[in-house]
Amino acid sequence: MSTDRFRDLSNTALAGRLGVPRVPLLRRYEPGQALLPGPALVTSVGAGRFAKPIAALVEESGQHVVDEVGDQKLAAVVVDLTAAVALDDLAAARAILTPAVRKLAPSGRLLLLGPEPAEASARSGVEAAATAQALDGLVRTIAKELRAGATANLLVVAADAPPAAVDSSVRFFLSARSAYVDGQVVRVGVPVGSPRDPAAMDSPTAPEKPLAGRVAVVTGAARGIGAAIADTLARDGATLVVVDVPAAGENLAKVANRTGGTALQLDITAVDAPERLVAHLTQRHGRVDLLVHNAGITRDKLLANMDPDRWNAVLNVNLRAQLRITEALLADGTLLQDGSRIVCVSSQSGIGGNRGQANYVASKAGIIGMVRALAPVVAERGVTINAVAPGFIETEMTARMPVGTREAGRRVNSLRQGGLPVDVAETIGWLGQAESGGVNGHVVRVCGQSMLGA
Amino acid sequence: MQSTPRRAAVIGGNRIPFARANGRYARASNLDMLTTTLDGLVARFGLAGERLGEVVAGAVLKHSRDFNLTREAVLGSRLAPSTPAYDVQQACGTGLEAAILVANKIALGQIESGVAGGVDTASDAPIAVNEDLRKVLVAINGAKTVQQRLKLLAKLRPGQIVPDIPRNSEPRTGLSMGEHAAITAKEWGVSREAQDELAAASHRNLAAAYERGFLDDLVTPYLGLTRDDNLRPDSSVEKLAKLGPVFGKQLGDEATMTAGNSTPLTDGAALALLGSDEWAAEHKLPVLAHFVDAETAAVDYVHGRDGLLTAPVYAVPRLLERNGLTLQDFDFYEIHEAFASTVLATLKAWEDVEFAKDRLGLDAPLGPIDRSRLNVTGSSLAAGHPFAATGGRIVATLAKLVHEKGTGEGGRKARGLISICAAGGQGVVAILEAA
Repeated sequence: MSTDRFRDLSNTALAGRLGVPRVPLLRRYEPGQALLPGPALVTSVGAGRFAKPIAALVEESGQHVVDEVGDQKLAAVVVDLTAAVALDDLAAARAILTPAVRKLAPSGRLLLLGPEPAEASARSGVEAAATAQALDGLVRTIAKELRAGATANLLVVAADAPPAAVDSSVRFFLSARSAYVDGQVVRVGVPVGSPRDPAAMDSPTAPEKPLAGRVAVVTGAARGIGAAIADTLARDGATLVVVDVPAAGENLAKVANRTGGTALQLDITAVDAPERLVAHLTQRHGRVDLLVHNAGITRDKLLANMDPDRWNAVLNVNLRAQLRITEALLADGTLLQDGSRIVCVSSQSGIGGNRGQANYVASKAGIIGMVRALAPVVAERGVTINAVAPGFIETEMTARMPVGTREAGRRVNSLRQGGLPVDVAETIGWLGQAESGGVNGHVVRVCGQSMLGA
Repeated sequence: MQSTPRRAAVIGGNRIPFARANGRYARASNLDMLTTTLDGLVARFGLAGERLGEVVAGAVLKHSRDFNLTREAVLGSRLAPSTPAYDVQQACGTGLEAAILVANKIALGQIESGVAGGVDTASDAPIAVNEDLRKVLVAINGAKTVQQRLKLLAKLRPGQIVPDIPRNSEPRTGLSMGEHAAITAKEWGVSREAQDELAAASHRNLAAAYERGFLDDLVTPYLGLTRDDNLRPDSSVEKLAKLGPVFGKQLGDEATMTAGNSTPLTDGAALALLGSDEWAAEHKLPVLAHFVDAETAAVDYVHGRDGLLTAPVYAVPRLLERNGLTLQDFDFYEIHEAFASTVLATLKAWEDVEFAKDRLGLDAPLGPIDRSRLNVTGSSLAAGHPFAATGGRIVATLAKLVHEKGTGEGGRKARGLISICAAGGQGVVAILEAA
């Protein structure tokens, strides 16, 4: 992995005196870490039904909650705007947020909850819709204005979603696990599937081990982001089945042993790969609680020079294999159970396009199409499917980029740095929880609010 | 303990790709390779932190510091350190003999699970000091006074610097294994063409097995090597025919054994995972095959009429008789290809009426086998042959083959025969049956 020397230099005293803009060191999750390092402001505009449960959730984590801005630095600011219907409500939000952002601590968290514009419109009219949509732009702007590693995100909550539906998302966005997720708008609806893992029913879910008892399959797990996903899911309590091509088996075995999981050497593009995967999982586990489609390759060329081999290799690994494996697991009917989750790794370039990557971009955009199409289908079984779209992530791949391209990629986001593989992994860990059933058919960017494709 | 022995299950295996000597694994030690192979097995079957009944393995070429090689490998692996281990050594029969030991303990109910196999390196071979020098050094070590030591030191001579390098030859005949095999090949009239055909088939079959993903759950890459580097997928009888003889050269035009139809010196390790059916079920692991029976034979190749590598010729009829089987009752034959001529001479011996009567004491020969069932995913000629590793490779391969086939003729369980010849005139053979 490449190191961000500019970030390190920018944090020296000399750089400070010279006025070099500081690249913040992001707070990241470590086992045993409290949800928040300081007090949180939790409040609402109007009769929001989430402020109270969220305040309780924060207090339960051992942190102090305040309902107005004082002298103290705030680790988090949560404003429930789900009842906002008018421009006056926006003005009230402004009155809370202006002093609050000034008090936000480094790596602080600003989280807004708002209504769905379409629902607001149907229920309360056009002004309500405008108000709801205003929050979208507002949160993206706050994210751009915040400094020192603080982030701002918005949960758009469906009117019929019960308060507990947002819990796992609130925990994720308040904690250090969401370090590189910034300026995102995530829709939370009525939860799909059981919020509790059937295997973990007997023991209460420890906040330390939100994936306890869950069987997770990660493709492309021998290196890079895939290996980080495996490590992170194992840390959170999951039992891992790590998959990669036979040629990557040496590293794959290390990842499997490190995580206490098992290694499955399998070329996911092989004709019989879905069948072999299903047979293996049936024999060894009889279930899959979390399927992470991570395997991906690049074979870059300008479209003008693109040959069919490059095109097909990338499409087959990155998209066709995901389609076929998901289809096989659904056809099997027993492995994916009520509360199971599927997370696909897309890419920011799948949203915004990228010069020289027509094949890669097509595959990553295709994943988004697949996720949206499958979401209502799998929901009938209590299963969700979502995608994460990483932006510039520091990996062996980005370390090989030319310096200029790499520096540009790192800096064009609100956090002024590249993310780490673990940032993608944490996001997958959140979406992979049984408790995260309210998020379905969604694409969550892990990009530090990158300007690319935004 | 059970009154009737149960059958041990073969659950799977792991090996690293075999590398030609002084190549990719030139700097890897036996301990490195065995530990890595064990960790690959742990990863495949989720055994991290698990206490197994025992791990049994060995090496033919072994440094004295590796006196407790297998136990050291266990301690360096992800298995629970409370897993016992011991070394065995029976030349090329090491791996299979290890599997027999583990299978027997499982059958008797003494253990529930075990790993068996072996490792060998011809690159990192132990080089001993010259025997003359060794004697002086030992004496110096035992000397009590400075005077005695100085007197002994005066005995050191420049010639004693020449090291003692292990040789691939029989201590009692001074002949290399290849020369012994050449004698047997001549005796049985094994033709050059037949040997080259067998070698080409071995390469073809192993390459096809890799292509269809058969080795995906048998091999874990090591030090960047993803497939056996002795494998020549484009090998052919025509190409092999161009090679000059390397063994039995005194036969002149009648010499038939080349570098192409003999196994090269190779580095590598292979292990098989065995257990009781209950242990496998508890761990949600598949039972590929059961270990049915095994037999070891030895021949007097020094003074008697038998060839060095012909002991399996005797072992198999004894094994068949005990199990009420004929040589034709098998769906797969895994006959270790030390040399192509060894396999072919063995088959000829089983077909020979005189030999059956005079030497095996049988009324009729065992008869021919269906050659399409022989070494169907390649064998040592293609993969290479790190001596002690071959048994583990074959046990796991055959277990998978009978499992894939499921049933044989008449709906009986698919069955396979393993035959491995070894230095010292020994042969180890075994039967596996689909679960």
